[in-house]
Amino acid sequence: MLIPHPLLGLRDAQEFVYKGDARLMARPDPQADDALQAFHDYTYLRDNPAGQHRELWFHEQGDRSWLIVTRDTRTHEILKAELARPRGKGERT
Amino acid sequence: MRYSGLRIIKEALTGHKGWTPAWRDVAPQNQYDFIIVGGGGHGLATAHYLAKVYGKARIAVLEKGWIGGGNVGRNTTIIRSNYLLPGNEPFYEFSMKLWEGLEQDLNYNAMVSQRGIMNLFHTDGQRDAYRRRGNAMILHGSDAELLDQEQLRKEAPFLNFDNARFPIKGALVHRRGGTVRHDAVAWGYARSADRHGVDIIQNCEVTGFKIENGKILGVETSRGFIGAGKVGVAVAGSSSKVMSYADMRLPIESHVLQAFVSEGLKPVLPGVITFGAGHFYVSQSDKGGLVFGGDIDGYNTYAQRGNLPVVEDVCEGGMALMPMIGRARLLRMWGGLMDMSMDGSPFIDKTHIDGLYFNGGWCYGGFKATPASGYAFAHLLATDTPHDTATAYRLDRFISGHMIDEKGVGAQPNLH
Amino acid sequence: MTQVNRVDGGRLDRTKPLNFTFDNRSYQGFEGDTLASALLANGVRLMGRSFKYHRPRGVFTAGSEEPNALVSLREGARHEPNTRATVAELFDGLTAKSQNRFPSLALDLMGINDFFPSFLTAGFYYKTFMWPAAFWEKVYEPIIRKAAGLGALSMLPDPDAYDKGTLHCDLLIVGAGPAGLAAALTAGRAGARVILADEDFAMGGRLTMEAGLLSEIGNSAWLSATLDELASLPNVRLMRRSTVYGAYDHGVYGLLERNTDHLARAHADLPRQTLWRVYSKRAILCSGATERPIAFENNDRPGIMLAGALRAYANRWAVLADQTVAIFTNNDDGHKTAVDLMAKGATVAAVVDVRADAPRLADYPLYAGAQVVDTKGRLGLRSISVRLSDGSLKQIDCGALGVSGGWNPMLALSCHQRGRPTWNDDIAAFVPAGTLPVGQSVAGAANAQMTTHAALNGGAGAAVAALAELGVTAGLPDLPVAEDAPVAITPFWHVGEGKGRGWIDFQNDVTVKDVKLAHQEGFKSVEHLKRYTTLGMATDQGKLSNLGGLAVMAELSGKPIAEVGTTIFRPPYTPVPIGAFAGRHRDEDFRPTRRTPSHGWAQEQGAVFVEAGAWLRAQYFPRPGETHWRQTVDREALAVRRSVGVCDVTTLGKIDVQGKDAAAFLNLIYCNGFAKLPVGKCRYGLMLREDGIAMDDGTAARFAEGHFVVTTTTANAVGVYRHMEFVRQCLRPDLDVQLISTTDAWAQYAVAGPNARKLLQKIIDPGFDISNEGFAFMACAELTICGGIPARLFRISFSGELAYEIAVPTRYGDGLMRVLMEAGAEFDVTPYGTEALGVLRIEKGHGTANELNGQTSAAHLGMGRMVSTKKDSIGTVLSNRDGLTEADGVRLVGLESVDGADLPAGSHLFAQGAEKTAAHDQGWISSACYSPHLEKPIALGFIARGQDRMGEIIEVANPLQGGMARAKIVSPHFIDPEGERLRA
Repeated sequence: MLIPHPLLGLRDAQEFVYKGDARLMARPDPQADDALQAFHDYTYLRDNPAGQHRELWFHEQGDRSWLIVTRDTRTHEILKAELARPRGKGERT
Repeated sequence: MRYSGLRIIKEALTGHKGWTPAWRDVAPQNQYDFIIVGGGGHGLATAHYLAKVYGKARIAVLEKGWIGGGNVGRNTTIIRSNYLLPGNEPFYEFSMKLWEGLEQDLNYNAMVSQRGIMNLFHTDGQRDAYRRRGNAMILHGSDAELLDQEQLRKEAPFLNFDNARFPIKGALVHRRGGTVRHDAVAWGYARSADRHGVDIIQNCEVTGFKIENGKILGVETSRGFIGAGKVGVAVAGSSSKVMSYADMRLPIESHVLQAFVSEGLKPVLPGVITFGAGHFYVSQSDKGGLVFGGDIDGYNTYAQRGNLPVVEDVCEGGMALMPMIGRARLLRMWGGLMDMSMDGSPFIDKTHIDGLYFNGGWCYGGFKATPASGYAFAHLLATDTPHDTATAYRLDRFISGHMIDEKGVGAQPNLH
Repeated sequence: MTQVNRVDGGRLDRTKPLNFTFDNRSYQGFEGDTLASALLANGVRLMGRSFKYHRPRGVFTAGSEEPNALVSLREGARHEPNTRATVAELFDGLTAKSQNRFPSLALDLMGINDFFPSFLTAGFYYKTFMWPAAFWEKVYEPIIRKAAGLGALSMLPDPDAYDKGTLHCDLLIVGAGPAGLAAALTAGRAGARVILADEDFAMGGRLTMEAGLLSEIGNSAWLSATLDELASLPNVRLMRRSTVYGAYDHGVYGLLERNTDHLARAHADLPRQTLWRVYSKRAILCSGATERPIAFENNDRPGIMLAGALRAYANRWAVLADQTVAIFTNNDDGHKTAVDLMAKGATVAAVVDVRADAPRLADYPLYAGAQVVDTKGRLGLRSISVRLSDGSLKQIDCGALGVSGGWNPMLALSCHQRGRPTWNDDIAAFVPAGTLPVGQSVAGAANAQMTTHAALNGGAGAAVAALAELGVTAGLPDLPVAEDAPVAITPFWHVGEGKGRGWIDFQNDVTVKDVKLAHQEGFKSVEHLKRYTTLGMATDQGKLSNLGGLAVMAELSGKPIAEVGTTIFRPPYTPVPIGAFAGRHRDEDFRPTRRTPSHGWAQEQGAVFVEAGAWLRAQYFPRPGETHWRQTVDREALAVRRSVGVCDVTTLGKIDVQGKDAAAFLNLIYCNGFAKLPVGKCRYGLMLREDGIAMDDGTAARFAEGHFVVTTTTANAVGVYRHMEFVRQCLRPDLDVQLISTTDAWAQYAVAGPNARKLLQKIIDPGFDISNEGFAFMACAELTICGGIPARLFRISFSGELAYEIAVPTRYGDGLMRVLMEAGAEFDVTPYGTEALGVLRIEKGHGTANELNGQTSAAHLGMGRMVSTKKDSIGTVLSNRDGLTEADGVRLVGLESVDGADLPAGSHLFAQGAEKTAAHDQGWISSACYSPHLEKPIALGFIARGQDRMGEIIEVANPLQGGMARAKIVSPHFIDPEGERLRA
């Protein structure tokens, strides 16, 4: 697979480390009353769609940026790749 | 029809005209007591035990394609009872005992071949971890031996002892481990279930559940609605998809595991060998092919195919371990979809829907579990209580913190 | 030996005769021959044995789809099993041997299987070998396994080198036949970066094997002009002997180039093979078509082959398989073979065409509406039996029979991403359709363009279209006038007559009868058929057999073939050596080796090294007279506790954390608090995963308000950094914090023991106070040593002694070790390795990966109280779950041997007298050593309710090795539990 890195262009997926569902960016509030259930769901439950999937890849053998990649899990077609962390003060690209 | 020596001779002499279909090809009835979704190894085994051991009737297995076309026919055929954790080992030992009696139970030769499995270790730390595991195996009634380098050299002199990046120090050996002819497991269970009255319905895809007031009434399928008292789902690889029909999100991701076979070679490997310093395990089939595999590709996928990095990684492991295979050729590679769970261990449990039961999350280890999984799932379906060996495989174990994490890598499915 | 079947012409260099042997007999061929063509030239038809029945077999094809003529090539460590004689280029001195026979190819005792076909039907294994129950593994299976396989491994390490490489191109063209050449010419002239790859050693495809495809210019003239032009274009890379074996995601193709397989000896500079990963923007599959057989009784004898192969041997290799040949066909192409063979001087004894209206292309005996129903000749064809259209049976003598059932587009690479082909009635075959791999198109015979004219134009057109998608305009080249006869075929799969066996899958011995039996027993889907009969599982992966099997099944089911199923293919296109996939990653180069800065110095000291992940670390430093590693390790450990020792700890991960919010960030990363850590101080930190399980531990040193240096364990250096970047980028992008891994940038040594301070004071530059008052336990500072060399000093202790870790830029690492040894001589400074390090940390009760094994929580580790409840940190919430905290769970304890017996790590723990079964298992030993300080074996372990059981005597069971010992539960801090030494 080739991942279109927003800064570096097409890179072989072998340069990346996969983490999974991009919902892992939405860490729950630890102070909430239902924090245990919320953290359980956050940590363990996944949508796991057969279709478009927003997922996290870490460019470990590259610029060490975390990317959010939108990929079709049936065909491996990559529809989008963006930086997980906004650049500078700009918007998330 | 029962297979027997006499029958074989009679058919051979009369042109094989008397053989009948291994299982009936039937159309679905309107209503069953039990519907098993998924005609793979686990689903067929469930039906077999439900009918034969638990004496249940009016059972149907629904398969969206052809039975045995999923992971039971796409794996590297290894069976073993060599787990560490108390939630796992009794179950896999039970499974091993069922394998050991399978041919007689099914009247079908699935070629259970206990030629042993060697887990190599390369550091003192690995040795200590294997000592802990080997002791756990013995304490659970399984078998284990710890070989030092010299003993191992006698059993597997072809390993790369002298020129290795990660020298081989020894191995944990599980003599009763081995391989089974995988397709025959599906066919054998199907044939036996059929002989006990189970309807095996192929080309019948489940597209939804009919649930009212928290109770299941049946399944919607590509061949119409079929009513059921109880529905058991055993569709590893597609678990998330099927259970989403009941609005369930699962602690599971779908990944692809590739497997490889070489051209046929004269027998050289004694049993199964696993590399402790890379992703590679190998055995040799009764046809002579080296059957091997390694790590999962590591990203969510529903495409039954993998990519090159893993192919190369696996072959690198193979060459590091036994450089004599360099000129043997890789003949075929394929991929199977894994239910990778959040702790690397499976689920056999009720769901929040009355009458809906779930079996899945087998990661890359479902094949060896087939008999026990079927047995335990049948037990659960028949009695509404978990089988003694499968009490830990609950869906709610993460909320209580009772993970069964053999590898200790946490909620990161691609590392299990 | 004379080449009895060699005729004039062909693409051979007759000035270069080559000597070779087959089964120890000497023969001669020419440069340009394959092993198969040279054997045929020498009148050798018998080349192998089939898998199950051990039937005598000869060459069946002229290409890589060969199922029968599999031989073992070369000798010694280069012995290469299962090589297809049809693709093995002849070289001088080649040695080949037949396989799967005993004692010889002509007299194979396992041929007895051939007399019991009634017992060896499809699936017979599954119904039998079950009685008595114990016999399967003890008797039956060993016999079956003995018969398994085709060729044998040498059992010697492969001596050849393999390389891997990467190629990029605009357009990858797979196959250099008419379509591929036209595509390459089109794209090459347009300036695109083109790779043209062909598995053959000569480019041209069927142009090399046919007579008169290009009627005006001639095959050879156009081929050589085209290849010359392509070779002259700098943007075109021509790759011969290069098989594109797989199509992967996003235009990535796997390609195997065979560099030296055609050479007698390994080349000094070239690897045997190169595995290329080709990144293509577009690809055109021009892989041609493969002829298919017709099944009839005894259709597998040596001398029977595909008609197109017979023709190829005559045209390209100037070989007649026999002087008298016959043809059996269902299409016009078979007749062309007869014409070509006659032109080469063969006697065509018969052309048998199943079609009543068969055409006649020349003056040969034509039997229209007839079928070959049987053959004779055990080790080589002698005659065929033909059922004539009038119903009579005619015996015709011949030594070779060409069979043509039509041609199948070779669409394997179009299916590698599970695309399914569709049925095409015109050519009675599957053609690529639907979902091709992204960026791939198909041209030529592979796309049902079955004439040379169609292939040339199809290839050129596909190139124009592919380049247009890339924004490149290409013009169509002038293409030569080419053969364009319409395809005329009447589908015909197997002869119905006869009680014997008609082969569909030759190598695996799958016959029409087997398919019928599979159908009868309900194995009707294509997947069941394959798996039950092994149809298509042979080394040709069904290229020759799949469609035949489907056709028989279709007939039995009364359905069209397309409804029975499709034939799809998986990688690799042809088998690829495992060594090629591994490349240079084998033996010591399997994975990179990381060496510490003091590695060279340690080598000089005669250190023994040990693998620690990718690192090599000094394990211990034996001295003369020490005969056992324990002696050395005891000495090193005691030396630390008595005076001072030095250990290279560079392998610990180091992460620089900087920014205004660095402290807040670490507060989130560690479960214990860091916000209030003063500048100039270190603190032990425990990291949890979000699931509450301990992930790693280490120290963080605060050098400035916004600057920390974090250390991790060796094993987790990479993972912790990744995790921290995840938290920084994905969870808290609002924090002003930056991270960088500096593991490789700093050499770091532990200097431990009562004399550690005195030693360091000798090398630290004046002006820096490291007295106990000025630099107390857990202090850290940036300073200089040895006259200005920058260094970082941490007063932290893994051993429990007065200890420091000192770090210098890596380039000074070797020097610092030498300086420490020299300066420490007066204290008898002792270098110590990982073994002594382990002893010291166990004596002090510090956990490592054995304890933080990914299954243990802070509570299990006895550090439950460290988890701060006053702040949010990763893992806090889920660390409160029952399974991680319950009071009767395991706790980390120390264990002392009661009677001096070893306490092996991995032993399980039991209450005294308890039955040694899983039900009574209470825990395990995670780390163990002999403590030279306490003079007894000690251990760290986890045991249920350990915190409440201090002083209890328990049993330590190691049934795996038959051991049993007793141990006392104690605090894990065996040494100096009050911490007086490290604060001294």
